[in-house]
Amino acid sequence: MSTTTQRATGAPIVRVDGRAKVTGAAQYAYEYPLENMAYAWPVQSTIAKGRVESIDDSAALARPGVIAVLTPDNVARLQVDVELPLPFLAAAVPDLSLLQSREVAFRGQIVAAVIATSLEAAREGAGAVEVGYEEQAHDAVLRFDDDRAYVPGVVNDFSPGNVERGEADRAFAEAPVRIDATYSTPAEHAVPMEPHSATAAWDGDRLTIYNSDQGPFYSSLPISALFGLDPGQVEIVAEYVGGGFGSKAAPRPPTMLAALAARLVDRPVKVALNRPQSFSLTTYRTPTIQRLRLGAERDGRLAAIVHESVQQSSTLVEYTEQSVSSTRLLYAAPDVRTTARVRRLDVPTPGWLRAPGDAPGVYALESAVDELAVELGMDPIELRVRNEPDADPETGQPFSSRNLVGALREGAARFGWEGRDPAPASRREGNWLVGTGVAAAHYPALVFPSTAQARAEADGGFVVRVGAADIGTGARTVLTQVAADALDVPLERVRVDIGRASIGVAPFAGGSIGTASWSWAVEKACGALLDAVQEHGGVPPEGLEVQADTTEDVGALAEMSRGGYGAQFAEVRVDVDTGQIRVDRMLGVFATGRVLNPRTARSQIVGAMTMGLSMALMEIAEPDPEFGDFANHDLASYHVASNADVRDVDCVFLHEDDKNLNSIGGKGIGEIGIVGAAAAIANAVHHAIGLRVRDLPIRIEDVRPALQDLRVR
Amino acid sequence: MLQDDTRSEVSLRINGVDRTVGVDNRATLLDTLREGLGLTGAKKGCDHGQCGACTVLLDGRRVNSCLQLAVAADGGEVVTIEGVAGLEGGGDLHALQRAFLEHDALQCGYCTPGQICSALGAMAEAERGWPSHVTGDTSAGVAGAASLDAYEVRERMSGNICRCGAYGGIVAAVLEVAEADGGRS
Repeated sequence: MSTTTQRATGAPIVRVDGRAKVTGAAQYAYEYPLENMAYAWPVQSTIAKGRVESIDDSAALARPGVIAVLTPDNVARLQVDVELPLPFLAAAVPDLSLLQSREVAFRGQIVAAVIATSLEAAREGAGAVEVGYEEQAHDAVLRFDDDRAYVPGVVNDFSPGNVERGEADRAFAEAPVRIDATYSTPAEHAVPMEPHSATAAWDGDRLTIYNSDQGPFYSSLPISALFGLDPGQVEIVAEYVGGGFGSKAAPRPPTMLAALAARLVDRPVKVALNRPQSFSLTTYRTPTIQRLRLGAERDGRLAAIVHESVQQSSTLVEYTEQSVSSTRLLYAAPDVRTTARVRRLDVPTPGWLRAPGDAPGVYALESAVDELAVELGMDPIELRVRNEPDADPETGQPFSSRNLVGALREGAARFGWEGRDPAPASRREGNWLVGTGVAAAHYPALVFPSTAQARAEADGGFVVRVGAADIGTGARTVLTQVAADALDVPLERVRVDIGRASIGVAPFAGGSIGTASWSWAVEKACGALLDAVQEHGGVPPEGLEVQADTTEDVGALAEMSRGGYGAQFAEVRVDVDTGQIRVDRMLGVFATGRVLNPRTARSQIVGAMTMGLSMALMEIAEPDPEFGDFANHDLASYHVASNADVRDVDCVFLHEDDKNLNSIGGKGIGEIGIVGAAAAIANAVHHAIGLRVRDLPIRIEDVRPALQDLRVR
Repeated sequence: MLQDDTRSEVSLRINGVDRTVGVDNRATLLDTLREGLGLTGAKKGCDHGQCGACTVLLDGRRVNSCLQLAVAADGGEVVTIEGVAGLEGGGDLHALQRAFLEHDALQCGYCTPGQICSALGAMAEAERGWPSHVTGDTSAGVAGAASLDAYEVRERMSGNICRCGAYGGIVAAVLEVAEADGGRS
């Protein structure tokens, strides 16, 4: 084999599926025109806790076009006590066990569904179903001092709920400089542009679901297990996925609703949640209340960190985010305690949303670090540099690579940090008060076992198959680049097929593990294919195919601390009269290993920083204490950043050559872009007006009181 | 034309082709395109007119097709994303589609058809001189699409949400085409 001079990886290749997306040809889960299709529309509980006493479906069944009403009486029985290998898949089971009991655990839970020949008929039918309840008192509001909150054995990243090194509480009490502040972040929703959708069709005991899904293989495990089927009997197809951000990383109720409805009426059924339904049925980022205590020497060295967080979960599932985990390794404090508590409420089940735990947790930590810098009269970048550890402070393991300091320094130079007057409210431009802020970012770099197949065709083409999902990340493009380089052929000769459970074991597009995990399997399969071709003395007429599995490779990785690091910078302006807050510019500098495609990588990071802006200033799902669930249920009342909210958002990748990560040397970039972004903005707001807002989002009504005094100057 | 109490026959010219379709009187233009005619390029993101994913051109203007009943569009001329390339006279891709690819103005792709149709509508509005909320002199309006700056484009494109956060690329793509020829080609 000759060596190509131009390698595909590292080049800004245009998305291989871009044309399908700009022409409307890309096919999403709800867009497969199966014969004899029916539509299902859920009926949702109007109480937050209790029991369904009666369901009167006679009026619904009398409507034209209604085929059936799915209820606890006629639904297929599922194996709800099933055991699954991966805890996060097991955690999806209670919410997938639709209509298997009459208990209501949260407002918005599916209590029935209408199946009809048209969407309009299904929807009207759903409105005609009469449900009677026995209602019980509920509690749907999170409080920091709620003594029913408890420390779980493990949290979402498998670390213990309580972790302590040294004697953090004593060290804090003895520290000469102390910050003790409580921050809160609200419930936030993923709001992918494509609502959760599924089209299900049965063929005997074989089930195919076209699903809006971040992980088709993983999803096939709980779905098949619940139906008492082998995983191979359930095909999940996720060719195109209209965003997910964690909310589609495990199958959610609409997927199971489509399958159960199709089972009942023995014809294909599709389900697409509308936006209001999505707010209670597709998980959300838990609200957090976090108390941060930082104890420091007068020179800025951290002596103690105590990070306590309380979060909520539903009564169905114990889901506790890792909101305190990054705190254990970002800084070299000798005495550290992190404690996550969870309070089980009568609310919808929360779940993953881009950088689960780390997004809210690092917001709180990095806000507190900024408060400490102000207290010490130190530059916030210098304070962070002073506390840079040599090895992972929690485990003592070496870092495979870590360049937080480089990111801070490079960002400072590019952003124009030097010469910044740290005094709050010191920069006024007409009616605007302008401030700048900085925060660190961290996200772990994990890799999961994956399989892939590579096939050589006699005509010189190659087909590589891996059970990946491209939810907008660019995975399909990047995997094509990886395969082309591994096969040493131009991109045009390689086709990469993804998005099917039947391709084989592969992790989801989540946790920033996807590309690293899939690429390893793709490279390995391609290498094995080249060996096989050589052995055969060429490609036989029927082609040649090999399979690779990285389970052993991943298991053989040395124990190290692996993660991406970054520095977030923001400049905001606050209107001194109205309190309007604008983000003029954001800059993120990231040390995340090798960049496989600068074009798509940049889009991912900038997109995540944009979501961070949205988190800082807009997003809040208001808990509804009276009725449970959330008070706002749509995009008019749950605000996400629109085009006019976003001005100059830029990112830079530092060169990083880390041989101890995985085959491609990349760290995963799906999540780190949101981490620290909200803190940088909150810190900039403090710098602009001198007010520390500790509850996200920061809104006009939060800053206006501080502006009273500033206006008269 | 009403067929009975619940259904009507609707005539539409869609992407240059005359189509007659029987619809449920409750059906939106969006559901008629997607479910009735198999034109799934227009997307349903919210069904409330809050996200813009369903944007198509109706009689040359951008509309949220989820807020438009199909019966109310009877006789109308519709351009969906499937017909956008044809606006340039049957080319492979419209200049705006090429610009979206070049500027990576998309990620998951679900809002993209609506963004492109909306941008075409926005440029046509600017060609007619229509001001936006951020136009300095609203009575004077603007001097065509080529006169739009990033500030104007952001404002005019704010009815189309992109949760992936591709706004920077979208603005760059729209500006490139607006400056070239106002999106007419």
